[in-house]
Amino acid sequence: MNWFWYASPQTFFPLAATIARWSGIAAVVLALAGLYIGFFVAPTDAQQGEAYRIIFIHVPAAWMSMFLYVVMAFWAALGLAFNTRLSGMMARALAPTGALFTFIALWTGSLWGKPTWGTYWVWDARLTSELILLFLYLGFMGLQAAIDDPRRADRAGALLAIVGVINIPIIYYSVQWWNTLHQGASVSLKSSPTMAAPMLAGMLVMALAFWMYSIAVAMVRVRCIIRERQ
Amino acid sequence: MSEFFAMGGYAWYVWGSYGVTFLLLFIEMILLKKRSKKA
Repeated sequence: MNWFWYASPQTFFPLAATIARWSGIAAVVLALAGLYIGFFVAPTDAQQGEAYRIIFIHVPAAWMSMFLYVVMAFWAALGLAFNTRLSGMMARALAPTGALFTFIALWTGSLWGKPTWGTYWVWDARLTSELILLFLYLGFMGLQAAIDDPRRADRAGALLAIVGVINIPIIYYSVQWWNTLHQGASVSLKSSPTMAAPMLAGMLVMALAFWMYSIAVAMVRVRCIIRERQ
Repeated sequence: MSEFFAMGGYAWYVWGSYGVTFLLLFIEMILLKKRSKKA
């Protein structure tokens, strides 16, 4: 298979529509299943009561905020390395959705912090580094919007995106490196999860739903960008 | 039913999270639809 075939915006354009349609359908089905598990299957938490149900959007949104940034930086780097036209467009298409999920992670975290920590916000390592992630997304979008020539804007944005990747491991390990109010990871690849099975299931299904949503939205947006640049 | 919406006293926190999340996703989809039509 020739991967560069789809690096051309013209050949990718119809494929993007197909991907958008199917991932959009998957997102709706998964979100309904995730909400059902989250509200009707998962039991009330012994310590936090019903407040913990915020977890089913907070954790998936936080995962997506970091994951989308890495994917965005990956496309940006690919664009710098191979000068493929589609790469910069993909990075552009992902940024607003990444920023949105970052805001959602912060917003839901804030509403979760009030009943459990007694405050909407603290300047601790996890929260502050996630806020920096939001500024990185907004900076990326602002920089690209400020430069008229799209190819130059793509290169400038790519540099910012790549440098900003350093923030991702900082967010992830912030709960280990610094003393923070935020709890450590409940789910990791190295150890078995420290939570009840239906809670974990609800979280994973919602994460998949957000993932599919992100793909669908990014594909629709990249189609807009391709058409606008013609 | 009303017990469900009360969320054990955490209604504002829980529904505030879910409400804003889905509202924002919805707004993003509407904005994209507008942009697709314009292009």
